[in-house]
Amino acid sequence: MLRDQDRIFTNLYGREDWRLSGARARGDWDNTKDIIAKGRDWIIEEMKQSGLRGRGGAGFPTGVKWSFMPKQSDGRPHYLVVNADEGEPGTCKDREIMRHDPHKLVEGCLLASFAMGAHAAYIYIRGEFVQEAVHLQAAIDEAYDAGLIGKNACGSGWDFDLYIHRGAGAYICGEETALIESLEGKKGQPRLKPPFPAGVGLYGCPTTVNNVESIAVAPTILRRGATWFAGIGRPNNTGTKIFSISGHVNNPCNVEEEMGIPLRELIEKHCGGVRGGWDNLLAIIPGGSSVPALPKHICDDMLMDFDSLRAVKSGLGTAAVIVMDKSTDIVRAITRLSRFYKHESCGQCTPCREGTGWMWRVMERMATGNATIDEIDMLEDVTRQVEGHTICALGDAAAWPIQGLIRHFRPEMERKIAEYRAAATGRAA
Amino acid sequence: MPKLTIDGIEVEVEAGTTILQACETIGVEIPRFCYHERLNIAGNCRMCLVEVEKAPKPVASCAMPVAEGMVVHTDTPGVHKARKGVMEFLLINHPLDCPICDQGGECDLQDQAMAFGGDRGRYAESKRAVRDKDFGPLISTWMTRCIHCTRCIRFSKEVAGVPELGATGRGENMEVTTYVEKALSSELSGNMIDLCPVGALTNRPYAFKARPWELRKTESIDVMDAVGANIRVDVRGNEVLRVLPRLNEEINEEWISDKTRFACDGLSKQRLDRPYLRVDGKLQPTTWAAAFAAIADKVKGLPGSKIAAIAGDQADAEAMMALKDLMAGLGSANIDCRQDGAAIDASTRAAYLFNSTIAGIEDADAILLIGSNPRWEAPLVNARIRKRYLRGGLKVGVLGERLNLTYGYEHLGTDAGPLQSILDGSHAFAQVLKDAKRPMIILGMGALSRPDGAAILGLARKLAEATGAVSEEWNSFNLLHTAAARVGGLDLGFVPGQGGRDVAGILDGAQKGEISVVYLLAADEIDTAKLGNAFVIYQGHHGDAGAHRADVILPGAAYTEKNATYVNLEGRVQRTQLAVFPPGDAKEDWKILRALSEALGHKLPYDGIVQLRARMAQVNPVFATVDEVVPASWGSFGGEGELSGAPFVSPIKNFYMTDPISRSSKTMADCSALFVNGQQEKTGTHG
Repeated sequence: MLRDQDRIFTNLYGREDWRLSGARARGDWDNTKDIIAKGRDWIIEEMKQSGLRGRGGAGFPTGVKWSFMPKQSDGRPHYLVVNADEGEPGTCKDREIMRHDPHKLVEGCLLASFAMGAHAAYIYIRGEFVQEAVHLQAAIDEAYDAGLIGKNACGSGWDFDLYIHRGAGAYICGEETALIESLEGKKGQPRLKPPFPAGVGLYGCPTTVNNVESIAVAPTILRRGATWFAGIGRPNNTGTKIFSISGHVNNPCNVEEEMGIPLRELIEKHCGGVRGGWDNLLAIIPGGSSVPALPKHICDDMLMDFDSLRAVKSGLGTAAVIVMDKSTDIVRAITRLSRFYKHESCGQCTPCREGTGWMWRVMERMATGNATIDEIDMLEDVTRQVEGHTICALGDAAAWPIQGLIRHFRPEMERKIAEYRAAATGRAA
Repeated sequence: MPKLTIDGIEVEVEAGTTILQACETIGVEIPRFCYHERLNIAGNCRMCLVEVEKAPKPVASCAMPVAEGMVVHTDTPGVHKARKGVMEFLLINHPLDCPICDQGGECDLQDQAMAFGGDRGRYAESKRAVRDKDFGPLISTWMTRCIHCTRCIRFSKEVAGVPELGATGRGENMEVTTYVEKALSSELSGNMIDLCPVGALTNRPYAFKARPWELRKTESIDVMDAVGANIRVDVRGNEVLRVLPRLNEEINEEWISDKTRFACDGLSKQRLDRPYLRVDGKLQPTTWAAAFAAIADKVKGLPGSKIAAIAGDQADAEAMMALKDLMAGLGSANIDCRQDGAAIDASTRAAYLFNSTIAGIEDADAILLIGSNPRWEAPLVNARIRKRYLRGGLKVGVLGERLNLTYGYEHLGTDAGPLQSILDGSHAFAQVLKDAKRPMIILGMGALSRPDGAAILGLARKLAEATGAVSEEWNSFNLLHTAAARVGGLDLGFVPGQGGRDVAGILDGAQKGEISVVYLLAADEIDTAKLGNAFVIYQGHHGDAGAHRADVILPGAAYTEKNATYVNLEGRVQRTQLAVFPPGDAKEDWKILRALSEALGHKLPYDGIVQLRARMAQVNPVFATVDEVVPASWGSFGGEGELSGAPFVSPIKNFYMTDPISRSSKTMADCSALFVNGQQEKTGTHG
């Protein structure tokens, strides 16, 4: 359980002033100049020491990512791009940061940009986030007016400009290279890697793409020290994290908690428990729609961090916990996710373009039971044909929920098929 | 150079090579759909997946550069499974309509499904159907067959430089389209048909005509422009059904222009298939003997100075040689192969060649285009310039019409005026040429076929000398010819001899009655109204302008119907091959002249093509070196004089109709109506 003094997002619920004065009262923009004065290498080293892993889903160490940027510019400018295209179903953490604590993000942008030698940063914000974009722009304007960013930001001597770009409603534009394409004004389709964005990114220049939360926690880490952050959570899974709990709980909420908190504690402490009690739990999806669902018996003593969830063949993802109680038709639920991925596939590469539609159509039949037992195996095989064969991870994200379903809920699928058959036989008789 | 291991074989390749290319060097074939050597890498079909040790997932070999010590496996169960999976995905929404698909028999998807696919489908859901698009009269679309490899999109964007294609929609709703329905306005659009790995884009005029295995394939040379693109002529029976490009890195790479590809239907229309004789003002069919007798009747006893001959733009070198020798026998020096009257100096070979060669464009770093529209005059030369332009660091200046050439250029003026100031260094572009390591000057026929042509030629020569466009190892004084026959004619000296008349002189003489017999060797681009009362002999293959005016018509062979020699604008001697026989009584051109010479009592001293070609090599040794470019030595050429202030105008007003064959082609007529005269069919998107 996270102690109150260790919370980073102290205005997560918007009870206080989100503007500059409020942010300053909460400690933001406090001596930012001194942090910058400690230099690029110190910042990156501190971020590495903190053990912060990217909060966008993949969990790549943030400090290491920053260190991939060229130390010396070869003449090309460097860019920081903040991925605020939060579209993962179940996830709603970045939007809370942007509307209630935008200055954390703005300050983080300055520090991260300085650390990677970037004089400009872009925040690519999801188009549907209207109020968030308004607040964020207001925060940026305030920061410009206060001399915190712009020419000679915070009096540090570093020139820094920050821009907002609003997306147009494609989930795929949350993929870092598709986001870059979209930012450049092209159709949002992921790029081939290599080259990686740190070498050839936005407008062909070295670029780092980071999640909002990763950037927003950076100032606090740098202020309070890497050891403080690393002391929270478990080894290799350090720090605090915003969990977004939705679904069949009594109190769906966003809450900042320690990494590695037991799932049951998370739900019972902050969400008032599962609707109808813990024993009414059917399954949870621990990290946004892309990761496999887990049945109750795994959830009982599960810890919420990257490595623990990986060990049970799921993932922490964005830490968006979707709770489903026993009233849920789990096959129907996963079918809905399949439809989402079919709708959001960019269509660029074959397995995802063709596979997502195929999987969804078979899932639709599975949901009614209008299928055969063999087709469950075929469906599993199709997910394996998509997984790992695509340019970006959307193919994987479409395959995993179905794999999780088959792994843990195959009897349910078979029951539906049997019922459908029986009903069909009855109709025929 | 990194060393890697592919299937246990150690390979050393240049850094930056992709795994796929490295595999090709040792003969390991990787299946692919989206990858194409001449296009940017898209990496989206996922057919080329291979396993690389230490990589967590299979990698797309077309896009992954090799690295030192890489261990690649292309023949493991995992790779086979991946390929089979991708193949299955490609096929689930691909209609299995191979029996009615024009691509059948030459389809990448078909071939690779045989090699890498499964033997049955598991997809039981409904298939996708996609509405077809209207891409114009050349390409028919079957968009349901599209596998979204995006080769066509990349071709139009990169090679053609006409970014009119793109993908709309997401996921399985992605469609290749022009967005607002329109015909593709590129002169190279037909190449997309070849690039399309499936039957989504097919040859519209050729639709449902034939299966590839029914066709007889003959390797030949194109004569629609002076580039001499290497082509393959596909024939069934005695009909040319289609023309495809043949690989030649030096000339056309693997592209051809739409005129080259689609004008072939003109070969079976408007043909002269028997001799004609004008009797009482009307052309009447006759026999060869009667036609020859009529000519002999007119010519015999006539002094040479009253006889003249003009060679046309598609005349082959053999026929021009025979005609030149015949005219010499008749004592006439009035011969010319420059129908447009271009002020070309035939005495110095370097003065009329594209000296840098077409491939040499890729070495240039500054180009000055004078009075030329390469996009229409030689689309493949233009494509090379664009290719060079895309690599960056090329500056192009244009003196002439302000046109979309598919690359950026600086427009220096519309007339010859700035030429003088570029030469004396007072013009800004002079510095660009001076600073360039490999400057290039391209002089079009629009600059030479005008009264001050000789003066412009002289200025251009001086400019080339002054800017270093001509040096020991680099000669980029380039003439951009538009006629396939031109360089061959100049090489043979088919120009006025001592005291002879050029084209203007011949026409003038005919009008005044000083010339009484004119021999037109497939010459249709002259003003036939100026032939006065002269007795006109027309030898050619199409009933075009020349034949209409003729008093005697001798039916010849088109370029697909003879083994003939053409010299392209670089000075490269190339040979066509007989793909079909000339129709009816028509004969190969040099044979007609050989027979006629006997009837006229001046028998030509060659009985076979070998002897004739030996004679050509005797006249000019370049004819002995086929398919190669012999560098030409520099000389002093060109005239001096006042420049007129008239703007440069390209000789080609309509790309799709430049010669008797394309003028007879229905396909080209459709293109002219659409692209040149702007008569696009109205669709729902028109106001």
